Amino acid sequence: MNPRRVRAVARKEFLHVVRDPLSLLMALATPVLLLTLFGFALTLDVDNVPLAVWDQSNTPRSRELVGRFDGSPYFSLRMNVDNYRDLVHAIDSGQAMMGLVVPSDFAEKIEAGRNAPVQLIVDGSDSNTAMIAIGYAGVVAEIYALDLTIEQNQRRGGPSLNIPLDVRPRVWFNEELESRNFIIPGLIAVIMMVIAAMLTSLTVAREWERGTMEQLISTPVKPGELILGKLAPYFVIGMCDVLLAVLMAEFVFHVPLRGNVALLFGMSAVFLVGALAMGMTVSIVTRSQLLSCQVAVVATFLPAFLLSGFIFTIANMPPVIRAITYIVPARYFVAILKGIYLKGVGLEILGAQAALLAVYAAVMVTLARISLKKKLT
Amino acid sequence: MNDYTVVVENLEKRFGAFVAVDRVSFRIERGEVFGFLGPNGAGKSTTIRMLCGILTPSGGSGTVAGFDIRTQPELVKTQIGYMSQKFSLYQDLTVEENIDFYGGIYRIPPEKRRQRKEWVIEMAGLTEHRRRPTSILSGGWKQRLALGCAILHEPPVVFLDEPTSGVDPISRRRFWDLIYEMSDRGVTVFVTTHYMDEAEYCNRLGLIYRGELIALGTPHELKSETPRSDGTLPSLEEVFVSRIEARDRVEQPEREVRR
Repeated sequence: MNPRRVRAVARKEFLHVVRDPLSLLMALATPVLLLTLFGFALTLDVDNVPLAVWDQSNTPRSRELVGRFDGSPYFSLRMNVDNYRDLVHAIDSGQAMMGLVVPSDFAEKIEAGRNAPVQLIVDGSDSNTAMIAIGYAGVVAEIYALDLTIEQNQRRGGPSLNIPLDVRPRVWFNEELESRNFIIPGLIAVIMMVIAAMLTSLTVAREWERGTMEQLISTPVKPGELILGKLAPYFVIGMCDVLLAVLMAEFVFHVPLRGNVALLFGMSAVFLVGALAMGMTVSIVTRSQLLSCQVAVVATFLPAFLLSGFIFTIANMPPVIRAITYIVPARYFVAILKGIYLKGVGLEILGAQAALLAVYAAVMVTLARISLKKKLT
Repeated sequence: MNDYTVVVENLEKRFGAFVAVDRVSFRIERGEVFGFLGPNGAGKSTTIRMLCGILTPSGGSGTVAGFDIRTQPELVKTQIGYMSQKFSLYQDLTVEENIDFYGGIYRIPPEKRRQRKEWVIEMAGLTEHRRRPTSILSGGWKQRLALGCAILHEPPVVFLDEPTSGVDPISRRRFWDLIYEMSDRGVTVFVTTHYMDEAEYCNRLGLIYRGELIALGTPHELKSETPRSDGTLPSLEEVFVSRIEARDRVEQPEREVRR
């Protein structure tokens, strides 16, 4: 490994990048665009569930119940209907996700201290959201029921009620339970994986296609020197992308960064080396820019998106899929970024993940080094 | 006495069933200008690529500057300059940047590098265009710059694959002046061409046809071997056409033409 040769290759590669401003712009704008798009669109929070109400009772009591729903941040009253046909239509057309039907004898039963059933019709086509919405509805109803009980008890002049169980949840790491806080750090990992592999996927294939590789392999340059030199400029671009993503997380999405910033960038660097070397290996093996770019995107995006634990919890996957996630490098990076961002932990907790990320980088660089043959075929 | 820089014995290259180079043998002395001739697809480039260590032979052996092309290709690469058929410098880089890149790759010491760079720029006549991208250069300029980058490190053996194809006659003439200069300094030059006038400039010639070496010798020797019916010496073109036709007559019945 000769530093002068590595420098010569790196300098040449930098010049290619600089002389192609459009590609450079793409390399810097793509992560910003993806982060904006996914960051705003991907939200797992359920609030303002559209609600349709058929209040058959139409009494102060029933209006109070409806008011409890509409007054909570989780529901928003969209329409009042007076028959089932309209209610069904509202749910079919998606104008409402939930229908609340209050029977005509609702108030009488309440006043009489009897059990007053109300009907809740839920659009279950999005099971996850429906489940969360049902949970919220249950809580809203229970609190109202509890208030009623207390009220009736007081009216009867009974002793103040002692509620036997009082669960007080204390949420750690993401106190507001904002799904954005949990999505953005993982999203940075997914985006960096794809961008990094794309950046290098063209570099060697381009030289083969333009015929410059034939000249290059007739010189005494060593494969390792070529790979290191070629990685250098893309590493710099990649780190700029990481910086942009971190700045966006801070100032656009206001995700709390609790851990060590230096560790965040250090881990990003290790991850980048692996992902860049992977893109380069694809480029070396395919020798075609188009094919290489396609392979790089497909081979990184899907696993990073689905199998990294970025949104879909790995622990909930079937054992076979769970086993596969271990070879998805984004998995470790997602865990590290979430750890640093939300939990503020360091290497004492993330050591194993960091080590595996380093192993991945080493394996990928070695693979690129082995696959680069200074021979024509 | 036997100062051979390129020695090839029964060199062979097959691509599947196709024999691109068929048991070719020759020796080239130090400082010789060896012309390698043949129609398109005859195996010229394949032979050159094997000698440069970038293509593994299927059979036979060869040494370049004392290093085995099979077992020591990376050492061969330290001794040669190679100019491939296609213009292979970086079109988005300037003249100077291309030279600097190869100067770095060949690890030429800094003080020497500056001197070699000026030599290449002057040799290629690119003083005024040194900061222009190579994409704007004309064919002759590109050729000379590519040669300059290939011999930047002053290798003892130079392989030039059709260096003058598509270049105007004046540029070709200047290119051959450079080849003679190198030869005078003891550099062995292996050059492929299909220009007959260029073949005349070579010290010795090899004619390759369908992968086989069918003639080998100095231009004068080759002409003397097949004199015209009136006893005068034929042109090289006549020699080669008659050799190829003779070969076709021998092989036609048994072998189908494959390109």
